[in-house]
Amino acid sequence: MTAETLAPAIRRRRGAPARELARWAYGVLGILVLAAAWELYKLLGPSDGVVIGDARILPRTTDLAMPHTWDMIARLFDPVTRSATANPLWLEVALAALVTLGIAAVGWLVGIVVGFALALIMQRWRLAEWGLLPWIILSQTVPLIAFAPVVRSWGSRIEIGAFEWQDWMSVAVIASYLAFFPIAVGALKGLQSPDTIHTELMRTYGVGWWKTLVKLRIPASIPYLLPALRLGAANAVIGAVVAEVSTGMQGGIGRILIQYAGQASGDPSKAWGPIFGSIVLGLAAAGSVAILGAILRNYRRVEINA
Amino acid sequence: MTQLPETPVAPTRTVDAVTVTGVDKTFDTRSGQVDALTGIDLTVSAGEFISLIGPSGCGKSTLMRLIADLDQPTAGTVTVFGKSAKQARLDQDYGIAFQQAGLLPWRTVAANVGLPLELHGASGRDRTARVGELLDMVGLSDFADRYPDQLSGGMQQRVAIARALAEKPDLLLMDEPFGALDEMTRERMQTELLRICAETGAAVVFVTHSIPEAVYLSDRVVVMSPRPGRIQEIVPMGLNRDPAHAEALREERAFFDGVTAVREALHTGSPVPTGARGVENR
Amino acid sequence: MALTLSGRSAPSAKRDTTLRIVAPVAVGVLVLGVWQFLVSVVGVSDYLLPSPAAIVEQFVEFFPSMVSATMITGLNALLGLVIGSILGILLAALAAGWRPIDQMSAPIVASLAVIPIVALAPVLNSMFGADSQFGRQAIAGLASFVPVFINTLRGFRQTLPVHRDLMKVYAASSGQIVRTVTLPTAVPFVFTGIRIASSLAVISALVAEYFGGPRGGLGGLISTSAASSAYPRAWAYVLASIALGLIFFLATLALERLATRGRQRT
Repeated sequence: MTAETLAPAIRRRRGAPARELARWAYGVLGILVLAAAWELYKLLGPSDGVVIGDARILPRTTDLAMPHTWDMIARLFDPVTRSATANPLWLEVALAALVTLGIAAVGWLVGIVVGFALALIMQRWRLAEWGLLPWIILSQTVPLIAFAPVVRSWGSRIEIGAFEWQDWMSVAVIASYLAFFPIAVGALKGLQSPDTIHTELMRTYGVGWWKTLVKLRIPASIPYLLPALRLGAANAVIGAVVAEVSTGMQGGIGRILIQYAGQASGDPSKAWGPIFGSIVLGLAAAGSVAILGAILRNYRRVEINA
Repeated sequence: MTQLPETPVAPTRTVDAVTVTGVDKTFDTRSGQVDALTGIDLTVSAGEFISLIGPSGCGKSTLMRLIADLDQPTAGTVTVFGKSAKQARLDQDYGIAFQQAGLLPWRTVAANVGLPLELHGASGRDRTARVGELLDMVGLSDFADRYPDQLSGGMQQRVAIARALAEKPDLLLMDEPFGALDEMTRERMQTELLRICAETGAAVVFVTHSIPEAVYLSDRVVVMSPRPGRIQEIVPMGLNRDPAHAEALREERAFFDGVTAVREALHTGSPVPTGARGVENR
Repeated sequence: MALTLSGRSAPSAKRDTTLRIVAPVAVGVLVLGVWQFLVSVVGVSDYLLPSPAAIVEQFVEFFPSMVSATMITGLNALLGLVIGSILGILLAALAAGWRPIDQMSAPIVASLAVIPIVALAPVLNSMFGADSQFGRQAIAGLASFVPVFINTLRGFRQTLPVHRDLMKVYAASSGQIVRTVTLPTAVPFVFTGIRIASSLAVISALVAEYFGGPRGGLGGLISTSAASSAYPRAWAYVLASIALGLIFFLATLALERLATRGRQRT
């Protein structure tokens, strides 16, 4: 494909507000279809669900088990508790989500620093790559997050001088731990991505590893790094939520997920508030990486050889 | 090489651009040793345009890579302007262009051309001025802020040539730079290259597998033959090098004579093609 | 020329192969050694990091419980993986064939990929009853659905234009095209999706246990062990869950290899 035929294609893809609008409309339609399916089943399904043998394969349709979708939405704007000073549910959820987002962001940043540093070491020394990469790939396939409850015990037991280990740090450690693996792998792939022609060009310029890294390898790694950062961000959020639950940390969204679910027998719609909160949380984390990608879009161009 | 006497009066031009003496190059592969080059002797004078031509596997690219210090010879020496190839690379005595343009996709045309200047610490103002000159020279001034993916293949290759010329090298190394272009673009690029060489006075080592291209461009054509790679014959051209005459040259008797001479040299070099292939397949 | 030849010599290539195996093993042994050293010589408390020996000892002592817990969590993950994969393939086929489905599902699937699906665990427990494992299976299923759907859909779109043109020239029916070109092209992608999903299924099934519901699975036992300060035992259950993850990964990797046997991936 020549550049002449491709360039207009790129332009077309960027400037098409109508198509963008249609995409959003379809997305909203998809969500409406899901909500309609929920309501339809609730209307038609047996109230005790569908039970085959001992296993219930379709849920109960009582208001307790499956509140109406509009009740879930309406509940967001009611106060959290009956007390007169209580915040509306959405605000409470948003505040908790912000706490979790902050911890996840800390974990994500730590994950980036550690992951990128490891990727640099593996790029620089082949032996390091051979020694570490199999473990990194392997650890992505096993449920390492299982150790989250064990980290709970770190809280308030580690003290170094004036520094005392806080609960949120345990959560951040787990979040960073989950974020680090995809980032290390993606960064390594990206740092190794320059073609021979580009590395040889750098060699003909007589520049060393460091300048090659800054001018060639790091810019070239960005198209690989961005999906890794997005995956890392999603992982950090998941890690933070799970770690909040398993360490019992107060204040974040993980805590109210459990707490409101415990009140579901009296207030079934309330439990959906933090679920919507975690959905927004995940989207916000991935969305900020998308913004980063838009800023760095010139680094995502690919070379085209006619 | 650092011991070179200070001779400020004599410019590098008086020294031969490239001297290759008794060079062998063998590669170790899983299937054993391969002799890529044997007993290569070659001198390229300052300002001279020479082409390396031959069938694939004759080691013409390898020879160019030895001159560029991208590979090291197994035996023999390569000197560039009287220094070792490595020193010449570190001193940036040559510019290089490959078959692919090899532009960095995230940099604009201007930033790509300015890359070697930037790497070697040229000031921002000097860089802008020099990049402007170079883009003028290759006729791409209007495209300075475009990105490589917005250019055609021929334009990308012109950017790569401008980049190779950025530091005013006295030697240009080119590895089939026009190989991926269509015939029309290719002829235009050849004419432009001749003009640029006349303007800069640089010596050129040009790898190609096109006979007319080699004849049209070169002062001398180095015909190589494969297995093991060696120099079969060096054919001097002696065509009229007046830039104003460049287009007419393509239809001249002398040009066709050159083509015939190179073709004959190529054919005496290689054994009957079917025979060689038959042996390999069995 | 130079591109086709490796500059390295044959004996050093052999040495590289050896190093590729020795290096990770050495790293593993080194980490274990440093770990044991930290615990038994430096004296790191076992709430921070129990010694590898203690973990193995607990693993052996509670072996029957390890196995039963692994079976419970493993079954949840397996059911989730199978159901999620089937749904993923079916919906991807629908989306590939009918554009509105694709347009409606794309944003939802993209969101599913980045949101913490386990957050649904508490409500699922109340929907299906607190004594049911179904919530976990549903979580594992949802988590598996995403990569299977994405990869399958990608696979359906990989049909080479030259193959499509060829089938058109043969005047093949759409059924024939699906059978001879579309499906064979898509199959390796489907299995890649399932391999990625297998890890997610195990992780999700296990993590969902932290959000309440019946005990007895690996996640529940890790929680209770850690809560009762039996740290080496908690780590032993972590070890069991790593083993479970590995089994799933290796099984689906073998499936993927089988499905892509004799094919060149480009």
